[in-house]
Amino acid sequence: MERIPILRMGQLLLVTIQVDMHDKLAMTLQDDLTARIVKDRAKGVLIDISALDIVDSFIGRMISNTAAMAKILDAKTVVVGMQPAVAITLVELGLTLEGVETALNVELGMRLLDRGDSWI
Amino acid sequence: MSNEQSTQLAKIILAHQDSILDKWLSGLFARLKRRDKSAEMELQQQARQFIGLLAEVLQRGADTDTENPAWNGVRQLLAEISQLRARKGFSPIETALFVFSLKEPIFDLLRQEPERSPHQITSEIAAASALFDRLGLYTIEVHQQTREQVILRQQQELLELSTPVVQLWQNILALPLIGTLDSSRTQVVMESLLEKIVSTGASIAIIDITGVPTVDTLVAQHLLKTIAAARLMGADCIISGIRPQIAQTIVHLGVNLEDVITKATLADAFVVALQRTGTTIHSQHKER
Repeated sequence: MERIPILRMGQLLLVTIQVDMHDKLAMTLQDDLTARIVKDRAKGVLIDISALDIVDSFIGRMISNTAAMAKILDAKTVVVGMQPAVAITLVELGLTLEGVETALNVELGMRLLDRGDSWI
Repeated sequence: MSNEQSTQLAKIILAHQDSILDKWLSGLFARLKRRDKSAEMELQQQARQFIGLLAEVLQRGADTDTENPAWNGVRQLLAEISQLRARKGFSPIETALFVFSLKEPIFDLLRQEPERSPHQITSEIAAASALFDRLGLYTIEVHQQTREQVILRQQQELLELSTPVVQLWQNILALPLIGTLDSSRTQVVMESLLEKIVSTGASIAIIDITGVPTVDTLVAQHLLKTIAAARLMGADCIISGIRPQIAQTIVHLGVNLEDVITKATLADAFVVALQRTGTTIHSQHKER
């Protein structure tokens, strides 16, 4: 079965979505990620969606939910690399990812996680 | 108009072309706002061309359906005249009068025609009138279309002009908004801001609304959408240039701008943005 890899870097988990998201894949990712956060006692999660060109309302909600779940499990979550078109779509759908940090690219996202506190 | 009436009209026009032209032109000249030699020359040329074409088409016995291919030449000439007038700022009435004022001299001639019963004359005048009405209305339509093209072009130009995204400093962008924000403009603004954020890697964008005349709930909503989209990409926004009246309106309307950093001037916003990016500016005079 197709899965999105979750990489561990110290206390951080790195999720890079490189393929077209479909609903099943998104659900699997949610299961895997929450399980890994608990198992690895991760303190931070970085979700890179720079390769994601198209989102629908389900995937948008999935991103938002996954980030929120990670946050509840006490892992600081940063969503990085969102494409302009995706950002516009999410805003039009009313999904503004409240309470989730965002960064322009992986580098800035890592800096955000390393600092341990909110950048703003 | 029957074929017979068409040829009759053509015969009259051809026979009295000069006198018709004289009367018609004197009528046209009288209505000219600014009489000068070049305008008169132009008008004279247009009139001569039109009457020639008209007689030619009528002579061939064309019916009065001006949509007919037989009328293409006349329609084209009228369209040219009409477009020219629209660009020069003539009103629709002034444009249409070019054709309508031709009625008078021609009707006079139809009335004076010997060997015709009053009944025939009436029906001829009615037919000719219907023809000129159609031609006149056609000029109005072209006039209208030309004006609409101008408006459309200006709209597009405005849209292109209105959304510059400026890089103020490393990682700091400014978006000076000028004019009313509607949905289509917001879309353009949003897209160009987000593209610029990607290309420059900026982490802060200052949206300056000094040039926005009024802020209503819709405009505020558009602004908030832009800010939300920028935040999703990882850039924060500061709204600056809020005038006293606009601050009052925003509060009266109950628009929630609490989650957004707002500053009165672009300078204030710039200072905050510099602090956020860890940059400071010192005055050399103070240090000495």
